[in-house]
Amino acid sequence: MSRFVDVHTRVLVQGLGKVGQFHTDKAIAYGTNMVGAVHPGRGGSHHRFEGESDASGVPGRPARYAVDLPVYDTVREAVAATGANASVIYVPPAGAADAIMEAAEAGIPLIVCITEGIPVQDMVRAKRYLQGRATRLIGPNCPGVITPQQCKIGIMPGYIHRPGRVGVVSRSGTLTYEAVKQLTDVGLGQTTAVGIGGDPVNGTNFVDVLAEFQADPETEAVILIGEIGGSAEEEAAAWIEKHMTKPVAGFIAGTTAPPGKRMGHAGAIISGGQGTAAEKIAALEAAGVVVAPTPTDMAAAVQQAMRQAGIL
Amino acid sequence: MKIHEYQAKALLAARGIAVPQGRVATSPAEAVDAARTLMAATGVPVVVVKSQIHAGGRGKGRFLEYPDLGGVNVVLEGRGGDAEAAEARVQALAERMLGSTLVTLQTGPEGKLVQRLYVEQGVDIQRELYVSVVLDRSVGRNLVMASTEGGTEIEEVAAATPEKIVREEVDPAIGLAGFQARRLAFALGLQGEAFSRGVAFLIALERAATELDADMVEINPLVVTGAGEVLALDAKMSVDQNALFRHPDVVALRDLSEEEPAEIEASKYGLSFIKLDGSIGCLVNGAGLAMSTMDIIQHVGGSPANFLDVGGGATTENVTAAFKIITRDPNVKGIFVNIFGGIMRCDTIANGVVAAVRDVGLGVPLVVRLEGTNVELGREIIEGAGIPGLVSASDMKDGARKIVELTR
Repeated sequence: MSRFVDVHTRVLVQGLGKVGQFHTDKAIAYGTNMVGAVHPGRGGSHHRFEGESDASGVPGRPARYAVDLPVYDTVREAVAATGANASVIYVPPAGAADAIMEAAEAGIPLIVCITEGIPVQDMVRAKRYLQGRATRLIGPNCPGVITPQQCKIGIMPGYIHRPGRVGVVSRSGTLTYEAVKQLTDVGLGQTTAVGIGGDPVNGTNFVDVLAEFQADPETEAVILIGEIGGSAEEEAAAWIEKHMTKPVAGFIAGTTAPPGKRMGHAGAIISGGQGTAAEKIAALEAAGVVVAPTPTDMAAAVQQAMRQAGIL
Repeated sequence: MKIHEYQAKALLAARGIAVPQGRVATSPAEAVDAARTLMAATGVPVVVVKSQIHAGGRGKGRFLEYPDLGGVNVVLEGRGGDAEAAEARVQALAERMLGSTLVTLQTGPEGKLVQRLYVEQGVDIQRELYVSVVLDRSVGRNLVMASTEGGTEIEEVAAATPEKIVREEVDPAIGLAGFQARRLAFALGLQGEAFSRGVAFLIALERAATELDADMVEINPLVVTGAGEVLALDAKMSVDQNALFRHPDVVALRDLSEEEPAEIEASKYGLSFIKLDGSIGCLVNGAGLAMSTMDIIQHVGGSPANFLDVGGGATTENVTAAFKIITRDPNVKGIFVNIFGGIMRCDTIANGVVAAVRDVGLGVPLVVRLEGTNVELGREIIEGAGIPGLVSASDMKDGARKIVELTR
């Protein structure tokens, strides 16, 4: 699997409630290879998805789709029946960490958890459960991951993406969309866009995604979008300085955020004077990252970083 | 969710953690009664009268109304056996503290109204230590932190003498192991009876923090008494908002008088709202975009009046409620609606804004920037509504410049 997801990714959805149904429909419309659903108690049934294909998605498909998605009671059954190698979780907060562990136990190599509002201690336990298993978790509380015109897992609007040269990694959903649209508008496009999520405890961090982008031959440059709270951006800066040969642009949200307040995301909080935007911007700039002064300038920052590297 | 010291101590005591005896009081009569009962029950002639507010630094804080009165007061008048003198002192203190405004380093200059007191038995303090349970985000596990420098802000200790802070990482499958608790207790220099009590205290504290889904539990100071007891003299705790569904007993402790009324109102509609002191109201979808909307307003020379994330699943009704909350703030001189529709469709936002303006009227300039799903439909709705004073923006920076210009 290159850059997390591609045309070979076979995706299960866990949690086929209203939200799960809505986004599964959009994923199928985009051309994502959805192979089954897990919804305890509804095993043995099928859920029909039909509609007009998303023209911005995987090319070469018929104008309309009609899919009877098989539903299973457990992830284990679903994997045995479908050969799924990825799962997307829309299970409500109280059961989401359990869904992550169930998918990991069934041997799913890539889990994308969209759910917002999972208790922190549930994620501490789930993360412990993932240790020593060959599973990557993206999220929770994230928009998901997309490789344009190959595979869309998550809640991002597909049509703003174009296949291209830049890897996008972000803690924020809407800021990812801002960056993606700008990169599409200036003709750079994206290789893969990954939302790592806004929670304090998550599965995949900036460093993991940067390593993937550094190793990927198609990714020529990267934009990293961070925010206040924690030290993931500082860790990313240290990694960039040591290992990254590709140009990196960045943006950090929360320069004006007051300390001690959670800014929407559970993880976006300045506590004990730690995790300020100023510290993060300074760390990134010291590592040679071109930091955009405002979100409107994100694509321009990528262009500047690419020009400095002599690839634009 | 933050809770008061007396509430945190009750939750901890119920989980086997040693705390001094104390009683809460909302009137001078109750405070005197509490003092009398405590002195009789413990045989200790000293009590402490502590302000209960959701902010630290109470001991060093001072009342606006009584600049020489601190937020925490030790009553020594009963030491000679004169219980009446002690009661009179408690009465006098409670009369001044209750209903007055305590200003500490954490409350800001406006301070916080004291509505409850905690009257606690006096303790023979021999040593003041520090212990806390906090999340270490970089490893995704709880840490138990301890220090011999109790009574000082831990941030100050971390800055001045970081070697005096010791840490143990907690494996969630095990909890704080016995050897880890012993390592901490040795580092704290505990000996004899105090050592074994300290070990039990640390293990129970970590277990309670995890069981209660605490974001943070801080015992500062943790004291060792002359008799070798190990007690939580203060307790600060906040509980994970996302885990409240499984702690109805904690939800019952919520003190709405400690919270900003506009923030309470917003939470009823599932809006994430934080009041700030600037003049430009913001209505945004997504936490990251909402934060950077505040940033960009400041970047172009304005100041944001609030953080407001309407979320991905907002309805026309939510948007209307959000709009009303913003316009209710008298400091707001202009409003910037900044939307990137992903799941949230631009027409939903547009309908909400139009409905709200029709409902409450628009007394200030309004700049709307829409992008993303159904953007054309959204722009049609906004422009078709013919709202006077409404300006459209092409991107975020353009929108921020326009609203700052219009409110100048």
